[in-house]
Amino acid sequence: MEEMTSTTAEHGAREYLTFTLGKEEYGMDILKVQEIRGYDSVTHIANAPEFLKGVINLRGVIVPIVDMRIKFKLGNVVYDEFTVVIIINVLGRVIGMVVDGVSDVVSLQPEQIKPPPEFGTGIDTEYITGIGTSNEQMLILTDIEKLMGGADMQLVEHGIADNRIDLAA
Amino acid sequence: MGIDLSQFFQVFFDESAEHLAEMESIFLAIDTDKPDEEELNAVFRAAHSIKGGAGTFGFPDMTQVTHTLETLLDRVRHRELALTPAMVEVFLEAGDAISMQLAGHRDGAAVDQSKIDAVCEKLRVIAATDTVEAAPVEAAVPPAPSPAPAEETETTYHIIFTPPPDFFNRMVPMEPLFAELAGMGDLTLSARIAAPDSFDDYDYERCLTVWEMQLTTRQSLDEIRDVFMFVADEDEISFEVAVPPQPAPDPLQSARDESAPPPSPPQIMTDQPLASDGIQHRRRLNDRDEASPGAMVGRKSDVPEASSIRVGVSKVDQLINQMGELVITQAMLAQTAQQFDPVIHENLHRGMELLQRNTRDLQESVMSIRMMPISFIFSRFPRLVHDLATKLGKQVELKLVGETTELDKGLIEKLADPLTHLVRNSLDHGVELPHERMQAGKSPSGTITLRACQSGGRIVIEVIDDGAGLNRAKILKKAHDKGMPVSDDMSDEEVWQLIFAPGFSTAEQVTDISGRGVGMDVVMKNVQAMGGRVSIFSESGKGSRVVVSLPLTLAILDGLSVKVGSEIFIVPLNSIIESLQPLPDDINEVGGNTTIRVRGAYLPLLRLHSVYSIKGAVDRPEEAVVMIVDAEGEQVALLVDELLSQHQVVIKSLETNYRKVDGTAGATIMGDGHVALILDVGGLVHLWRKR
Repeated sequence: MEEMTSTTAEHGAREYLTFTLGKEEYGMDILKVQEIRGYDSVTHIANAPEFLKGVINLRGVIVPIVDMRIKFKLGNVVYDEFTVVIIINVLGRVIGMVVDGVSDVVSLQPEQIKPPPEFGTGIDTEYITGIGTSNEQMLILTDIEKLMGGADMQLVEHGIADNRIDLAA
Repeated sequence: MGIDLSQFFQVFFDESAEHLAEMESIFLAIDTDKPDEEELNAVFRAAHSIKGGAGTFGFPDMTQVTHTLETLLDRVRHRELALTPAMVEVFLEAGDAISMQLAGHRDGAAVDQSKIDAVCEKLRVIAATDTVEAAPVEAAVPPAPSPAPAEETETTYHIIFTPPPDFFNRMVPMEPLFAELAGMGDLTLSARIAAPDSFDDYDYERCLTVWEMQLTTRQSLDEIRDVFMFVADEDEISFEVAVPPQPAPDPLQSARDESAPPPSPPQIMTDQPLASDGIQHRRRLNDRDEASPGAMVGRKSDVPEASSIRVGVSKVDQLINQMGELVITQAMLAQTAQQFDPVIHENLHRGMELLQRNTRDLQESVMSIRMMPISFIFSRFPRLVHDLATKLGKQVELKLVGETTELDKGLIEKLADPLTHLVRNSLDHGVELPHERMQAGKSPSGTITLRACQSGGRIVIEVIDDGAGLNRAKILKKAHDKGMPVSDDMSDEEVWQLIFAPGFSTAEQVTDISGRGVGMDVVMKNVQAMGGRVSIFSESGKGSRVVVSLPLTLAILDGLSVKVGSEIFIVPLNSIIESLQPLPDDINEVGGNTTIRVRGAYLPLLRLHSVYSIKGAVDRPEEAVVMIVDAEGEQVALLVDELLSQHQVVIKSLETNYRKVDGTAGATIMGDGHVALILDVGGLVHLWRKR
């Protein structure tokens, strides 16, 4: 795997961390990932949206934890020793993201990525940058900054979020 | 010039600000009848350094005022011009003008050119009046604009630059420097390489090169020196005037200092490194124009330069954060270690004790880095008091006590405004006019004392005046007119507290000095925002005393941990008045809200668990604990399940990675590694009211 990526990386390929949420397989830019850890007990924040589980102490840094399973309304939300938190570094912040599981790191050539289909206005798909294919499996590639900075996430104060997205894009 | 100077701008701004502050403090203290020569020299040096820097960094507008000022000061210090109080006033104004220009370059603040022109004009008027006094010999000398004479004649300087051994590692490019020197005149350049002391420990990175330059130029020595400013320390270069061509042997020396021995060319203008004479040597470096060795002797008593380094605040904050982590880790370890039998694990326990002591020492040292002496604020008051007293026609003496008391840098910045307001108040409303004071049998000159000291874990700052004191009847009347609940039998303390009430305008007494729209309520609010308290003591006819008490630092807070359901919160200790378990009879329902009766007062009960939607908490007040807290001057009863213990907690911002959470002042990490939110009682009450 590693040999493959090191050779392909020279040809404009990008590496993605793939994770599962429900039955779907997602991919995000590996460079945004700081670390992957288990789920600890959190300190709840009052009057925060339901998917914001609270904050944890990550080696002295207070980090908010977002449960994407609740955000995407996928049933069966349990917290056990297999629950995975991806600590990401976006928008100049450190944020923890709870997912069902982390699968792999894949390298995709630009030609392996197809533009996202139009779902219509019903579904918010702004954060989907494309659809990739890896090992015969469909991969939803996300712009994690757009996803986390969105107004509905309430992670960042407005205005700041919009500016930062502009910069990122 | 090949060097990008903008990287040095900050240094220039900082240094100029320091020079201006020095100038101001000297002018305020100066005795115009018998000015101390040292002081005059010091202000001249300060003005000169600013001018030099401004020229080098390309701020020509700043050189305009400084040059005129410098010329005047030069004449004053050579006794060609007698110093008068009016002149000192103009000099102070000039200092202000320069600060304004400095702020303009630094922060892009607006610069009022008309003011600057006015100051220049005043300076010129003074320069035009030839009040010559002192020794007739000097009086004959025409007022020489200070660094100018060198421009008229060509001088050949022999410059030797001995770089320090680590010079190569500093990666200083020499080419631009040589190019600049060559641009100033006729330059001959040679290098010689000294033999290493020993080949045993020969280091090829060690610089053994010595540059020798011969420069014939019309430029003054100072201008040459400026070229070397950021390349070489002054003890690494020596300047010698090689046989000077034609007229005066050394224009810089002409009949200046009677104590100086006659100049004998070639003269060494800057001392060579004198190992035995560190301090004197350093002092001399600032003293550019007086090149005589005689001038050096009188300087021994000067304050030695404090050795310090400039470090970015972010680095210090990082250190403090990491220190906080260490404290938490240590607490965690201590908690775990307690489970081990002290008899069997004696060494472990001894080690833990040592660790605890070392951690505490380290914490104190680290915290002390952020500490700054309060003189940073106090130093602005002599000027303020001087100006205001002149304006109001009052005679006031300002006493500063405990200027070395240290407190957190963050606090210093926030304390400046409230303290300025208090001092203004004292001066305006407290201290009486001279004739009123005489009538009251006091000396015509009033005294305002600013005193700072550390007491317990807090810093106490007092503003004391020996003026008329607060007028009880006036305040009561005012409060009554405002519709505030007052009665004539209120205690003095309660009456004085009234002036902190929002909207309590002292309109009757408003003047253009105190009536700037900053009321005492703002002072109170600012101080409370820092976790401080304000109290007033006053005695009619004798004066008043305002006491501001502040925590030592902003980074650490004393708090009480409380439990609500399964959650733990920290309540800042300074907002807690008392805690109690109410009796069923004291609990009443008023329109869906609960009130608790505490010593005759009915306080609204705020159930923390309902504001924060926490499940599993005790709801009946008689079964839980009620904390009476002070929420911005209003007492509120806060219902919690249980009080746990008192801690010193390290405050961490939630905004770093998340956003502001209403009703909290931040978060902290507890001994067990869990995060606990720190309550902001005032914000919490707002949140509760909004619901």
